Amino acid sequence: MSSPPRPGEARGARQPLFLARESFQRRRLMDAARLLPLVGVFLLILPILWGGDEGPGATTAREGLYIFAVWLGLIVAAGVLSRLLSTAPGIGRDGGGEDGGGT
Amino acid sequence: MVPFNLLLLACLGYVVFLFLIAFLVERRAERRRIAWLSSPLIYTLSLSIYCTAWTFYGAVGYAVRSGLEFVTIYLGPTLVFVGWWWMLRKLVRIGKTQRVTSIADMISARYGKSNAIGVIVTLLAVCAITPYIALQLQSISLSFAVFAATPSAEGLVLPDLGDTAIWVAAGLAIFTILFGTRRLDAKEQHHGVVIAIAVEAVVKLLALIAVGVFVVWGVAGGPADIYARIIANESPDWEVLPGRWAGLTFLAAVAIVTLPRMFQVLVVENADERHLATASWAFPLYLFLISLFVMPIAVVGLDILPEGMNPDLFVLLVPLALGQDELAMLAFLGGFSAATSMVIVAAIALATMASNHIVVPLWLQLRGPEASGDMRSLVLNARRLSILAVLCFGYVYYRVTGGGEALAAMGLIAFVGMAQTLPALMGALFWRGANRIGAGAGLVVGLVVWLYTLFLPSFGPDVLLSAQLMQEGLFGIGWLRPQALYGVEIADPLLHSLFWSLALNTFAFCIGSVLTFPTPLERVQGAQFVNVFDIQTGTRGWSRGAGEAEDLLVMAQRILGATEAQGFFQAEAMAQGKAGYLPDTTPDFLDRLERRLAGSVGSATAHAMIAQIVGGSMVSVEDLMAVANETAQIMEYSSQLEAKSEELARTARQLREANEMLQKLSVQKDAFLSQISHELRTPMTSIRAFSEILKEAGDLPPEDASRYAGIIQDEAIRLTRLLDDLLDLSVLEAGRVQLKIEDSTLRTLIDRALVASGSVAPHRSFTIDRDAAAEDIALRTDIGRLAQVFINVLSNARKYCDAERPRMDIHVREAGGMVTVDFVDNGSGIPKKSQALIFEKFARLTDQMQAGGAGLGLAICREIMHNLGGEISYVPGQGGAAFRVSFPAVLPGEITEGTASDDEARAVAQAG
Repeated sequence: MSSPPRPGEARGARQPLFLARESFQRRRLMDAARLLPLVGVFLLILPILWGGDEGPGATTAREGLYIFAVWLGLIVAAGVLSRLLSTAPGIGRDGGGEDGGGT
Repeated sequence: MVPFNLLLLACLGYVVFLFLIAFLVERRAERRRIAWLSSPLIYTLSLSIYCTAWTFYGAVGYAVRSGLEFVTIYLGPTLVFVGWWWMLRKLVRIGKTQRVTSIADMISARYGKSNAIGVIVTLLAVCAITPYIALQLQSISLSFAVFAATPSAEGLVLPDLGDTAIWVAAGLAIFTILFGTRRLDAKEQHHGVVIAIAVEAVVKLLALIAVGVFVVWGVAGGPADIYARIIANESPDWEVLPGRWAGLTFLAAVAIVTLPRMFQVLVVENADERHLATASWAFPLYLFLISLFVMPIAVVGLDILPEGMNPDLFVLLVPLALGQDELAMLAFLGGFSAATSMVIVAAIALATMASNHIVVPLWLQLRGPEASGDMRSLVLNARRLSILAVLCFGYVYYRVTGGGEALAAMGLIAFVGMAQTLPALMGALFWRGANRIGAGAGLVVGLVVWLYTLFLPSFGPDVLLSAQLMQEGLFGIGWLRPQALYGVEIADPLLHSLFWSLALNTFAFCIGSVLTFPTPLERVQGAQFVNVFDIQTGTRGWSRGAGEAEDLLVMAQRILGATEAQGFFQAEAMAQGKAGYLPDTTPDFLDRLERRLAGSVGSATAHAMIAQIVGGSMVSVEDLMAVANETAQIMEYSSQLEAKSEELARTARQLREANEMLQKLSVQKDAFLSQISHELRTPMTSIRAFSEILKEAGDLPPEDASRYAGIIQDEAIRLTRLLDDLLDLSVLEAGRVQLKIEDSTLRTLIDRALVASGSVAPHRSFTIDRDAAAEDIALRTDIGRLAQVFINVLSNARKYCDAERPRMDIHVREAGGMVTVDFVDNGSGIPKKSQALIFEKFARLTDQMQAGGAGLGLAICREIMHNLGGEISYVPGQGGAAFRVSFPAVLPGEITEGTASDDEARAVAQAG
């Protein structure tokens, strides 16, 4: 039947389901980095689709605020991702294709 | 109003400051103290050359005319940088592994190192960027004009200051030539230029922010007031047009990669791939900050300035109108920075392309690869000329078009032009099936469509294209109208051209690639580009080793310079387990050599030059199978096998060489034994004969007796000297020699050696070429022994140099405490088969007895140098016999007996 409970069982409930959790997370991080520009494209294309329901008077100011806010958001997201990606092991120096021959 | 002269003074002071910074940084870079230089911050700042004067002045004008549309120019690059993981990372990695020098080089390297592709991209870049440079010259002279303007009843009257443009162009040419073509780097990096544009990036950002802050909080009542003013100034022209919004964002995203100057700073000047991670958010932040105050300056300018002022100059006019002279001056310097940094980098990028793809290949065609001389000065001069030519074109363009409205639209027109490289570039990165026929077809189609639909019409009707042609189409065919191809009436000529040129370009690229077959080299390069992150060792472009290493060395020296090339060859030889300067020409070696050369002259030229020596680039079936084979495991396995077999081959080669050497030595030893017996016997015979005469004939005349005794004495001395040499050698070899450390300078040492060796073959007059200044190096080592080595080498040259007018060059170098002295004569040198033997005992290349010595001189020299912690070696490919003596300038050791003059006398006797 079931194996006798081991001392670690209590903590085991929070243990990862599979091994190589780190590399899995790292790959998802890379996915996020790849997705970010798509999110950016979507958000920045939106203003085209807005109708001028409030009349032409206010659109530029309102859109301007929106665009600069999205822009800042993208910068912050890219900053966080690049920090995580460059501190994650094995990234940023993988491959090392430089041949470095000679003096 | 700021006095015009004060402005000029400030401007000149700023320029001097930039020169100084660039100069200091270059100095430091030469001494390799540049750690702080290659920081991600500097990298990010250097990327800001994207923001030219067109941004600095033009963005506000753009905002006045079209509202928010100006941000698309900065949103596109933001998206590309935020998505760096997709493309930029790959681009930079490939740029590093392939040692790419420009965007033309990158595309030509991918498509089989085809120079034709490089030429097309270069021509495209020159067409697109020249007007862009003209635009910068225009903005500088226009901003000067604002300060020289005279206020009148109708507002400001701007004088024509077109002449300032020529001074600016000349100054930029000088700066670019000084710091952009200082030397031919292994990799095209210019630290001085990069730091100067980083400083300029800070200045232009600070200037725009200062004006912005002044406008928002000094003139208007804070952000809320600005918000209200934007609403109040809203005009129907400000409405966002969906087509232009999306199209311009896309165009700017393409431009950030394909503009030659952006490619230069983004890929070529990149020092570390990890800097890209920082730039991915820091560069968008820079763009954000520089765009932030554009709209506020625009609306405040509209509010306070009289109607009819040029909105492109609001950044200057607003502070001037409010009496803020210092701020106006700062804004002026910001605009000046923006314009100059763009021109400098664009000129370097274009000049590199032009010299690598047009000038140098043409020169090689005309003169052939055998043409002697230093290629480096040729390449550098080609670049200098190209820089001058590019700036001249820009200036002439500016004067001819009169700097009117046509020029203002030039920024976007240049973007569309360079966007034509996009299909070929994306194909290079992501599609292994792409080939050079497709790339060439796409580029040519794109170039033609761009010229026809956008570039030529941009001058207006009847300037380059007749109004009739514009109205009715080429040959009166309606669907060939430049601004409505196939009857597609896109109202905006820019979008129309962007759509058609890129569509037809991509179509031609794909059709060409699908219908034709790539060459083997293209397939190898394709795999290296597309799989740059997976392939660790890379497949090779050279399959078989052929050709003479010495010929390759001679060629490499002409491109890289003697020191660099010899260092590279020596390291390669050492990696193969060989001593000396000539490695085996294995495919791997050829590949590495090619990449090294590509860093200086571009991949196409480097490939062609090696192919001329090695005899055609041959890719073997195995290499192609490795390319075609998708299975990583098999590749891994085969590469392991390859590594093993290579190691075995190397060991076998070493063994074979050792065996050959042993056999030769054994033959020589036998020969020497008989020779030395002969040499011992000859004096012995005469000593015996004459002593018998002296003994038996008692009634000899005294003069005869003393003559015979003299002969006996001479022969005995000869015997003693021979035995001394043998003894000396055995002591040195056993390492039991005791060194006598003295202080001296290299110059005195060489003087002494020249005087002492002068007694050998005194009838020959040698021309000696030395650099006395370089020889001023303090030594602390066994001076006597060192002199012995020098004298030996010099005496050998006196004896064996077979030139009509014998000549001896002595080059001295010092690096890291090691002194290197090269003795190069102009004789016929030492044949390759003998080079490995000359330092062996008993080796003598000629059988002429006139040489005198017993063939121990160089063997003794080698042992001495080992004892002094250095070495003596033969350097091939220098146009004569060349010996290199290198040793540490200071040697720790102990004092012993024995005098220097003894050693010198011995050296003269041993030489040979």
